Amino acid sequence: MRTYILRRVAQSALTLLGVSVLVFVILRVLPGDPARMLLPDGAPESAVAELNRQLGLREPLIVQYGLFLRSVAHGDFGQSFQYRAPALRVVLERLPATVQLTVAAMLVTIAAGVSLGIITAVLRGTRYDVAGTIVAVLGQSLPNFWLGIMLILLFGVALRWLPTSGFASWTSLVLPAVTLAAFPTALVARLTRSSMLEILNRDYVRTGRAKGLTEQSVVLRHALRNAAIPVLTVIGLQIGSLLGGAVITESVFAWPGMGKLIVDAIFFRDFPVVQTVLILSATVFVAINLLVDLLYTVVDPRIRYS
Amino acid sequence: MASREEAEPLRRWGHRHPTIAIGGVLLGIVVFASLVAPTLTSYDPVKPSFSQRLAPPWGLGGTRAHLLGTDNLGRDILARLLHGGRISLALAVTAVAIAGVVGVVAGLAASWGGGTTDAVIMRVADVQLAFPVIMLAIAIVAVVGTNPLTLVGVLALSGWVLYARTIRAHVLTIRGLDYIDAAAMLGASNTRIILRHVLPNTVAPILVIGSSQFATMVLLESGLSFLGMGIQAPLPSWGSMLAEGRDYLSNAWWLATAPGLMIALVVLGANMLGDGLRDLLDPTLRNAEG
Repeated sequence: MRTYILRRVAQSALTLLGVSVLVFVILRVLPGDPARMLLPDGAPESAVAELNRQLGLREPLIVQYGLFLRSVAHGDFGQSFQYRAPALRVVLERLPATVQLTVAAMLVTIAAGVSLGIITAVLRGTRYDVAGTIVAVLGQSLPNFWLGIMLILLFGVALRWLPTSGFASWTSLVLPAVTLAAFPTALVARLTRSSMLEILNRDYVRTGRAKGLTEQSVVLRHALRNAAIPVLTVIGLQIGSLLGGAVITESVFAWPGMGKLIVDAIFFRDFPVVQTVLILSATVFVAINLLVDLLYTVVDPRIRYS
Repeated sequence: MASREEAEPLRRWGHRHPTIAIGGVLLGIVVFASLVAPTLTSYDPVKPSFSQRLAPPWGLGGTRAHLLGTDNLGRDILARLLHGGRISLALAVTAVAIAGVVGVVAGLAASWGGGTTDAVIMRVADVQLAFPVIMLAIAIVAVVGTNPLTLVGVLALSGWVLYARTIRAHVLTIRGLDYIDAAAMLGASNTRIILRHVLPNTVAPILVIGSSQFATMVLLESGLSFLGMGIQAPLPSWGSMLAEGRDYLSNAWWLATAPGLMIALVVLGANMLGDGLRDLLDPTLRNAEG
């Protein structure tokens, strides 16, 4: 058990190291002249020369990577020239909005996805099952930027019930959260359904019914508990894809989070901010993955890794 | 009469595999319409026609001249959808093919090579999966520039990992089977074993993944174009049409509605086809996709 945890932690550290290499390659090696790219347009030649010296851009690539890694490890991601502040601070300021959106979407996913999954599993073969399955398939096929725009059209433009952009009150959160949740909800619903169907055929469920437990108790207390394990894993892993989905959802709803920040940063060619968002979101993802894997061994004691 | 009899087995087959049939038909219609776009519509998808600006669709106040209406520059929306489809679908197909080849080779190398090769390939896959696909894609496009070649590259980059992981897992289970041992004992070379005995057995997962990846790529490409980092104006693309339509939601809702339906149709078709193929070819894959 302990060796498994240690190995898993070491593996995550290695992945993060790889993340830094990939970001370095994209932002320092792919562009011809990174110093010019990392500075605002029209920066004086002296500033370019200064940054060249500072980043060690005249040094061999491996030395440059060492310098890059050292500054990132010190939390120095460069200066955002769009906001004239340290890039890390700019990104961290936007983090709460993204966390809020992601958590709200997660709650919608769990509530709607798991219920839809249970209902379609219990009512297997009925028209409710068919309707639920169609909803789930649609949820996985509708592009979230289109769904977002259609929700704006319906609830913002036509009915005027909900605000459609920005970050004013909790009502601003409804449309973006639903948009972001559509895909994972569909995924969780389908997974819950298949997981429940498998469990509902087991002997102990039949025993439960035979000894006169209510259907509610059989489904919720006995079946769901065991069907929940694969669902939990997928929900955990979806947090990572929600971060990606937030890029588009935040842009659609002008939600002031990290996703909109990276899109804006790219249009302003504010590469220090781009680099920070990339590294930060990859770190969050790796950390969550590690956590889910470790929790897995706690939730399901049958799983013991050697 | 004869043609109906010939179609009978096909109809029965479709009844038995409704997901494949419906998915295939949906996808087939869009692909076919995009391929023959120039014969279906005579309108120029790029040239503005200011006198025709924002005409509503036929039946909703518009005329039959523009079935789906026109956009803010007076261009026929149907023509732009069909021509845009040619670009989007071509990009997605090319990217799936490249991702498939790279992923299958990587998966074979990892499972057959084992040891260091396996570790290196799988760690590289881990690193890539650590980034949200769209973030990695927009960063690369921002640095390298928006041209079709970069787009295909970025899309393919996003896809190879799933192939590599699935093929690796699949080959690891095949590898221990008797017929592989038998081939090796008969003196077959590694190359021969892989090409003759292993690869043919991975066709099912490759097809299944390819189909769902196609849907993912269409979504990713239109997402990038929606953000302004994919196909560039004036070329039509479903994603950028949606983005333009966003500014006209209050007075011309059809601008944003039509391209989204088109994307949804393709993605739905490809997903259904993928699901159906999975159930038909290899039900054990059901749990392989995360």
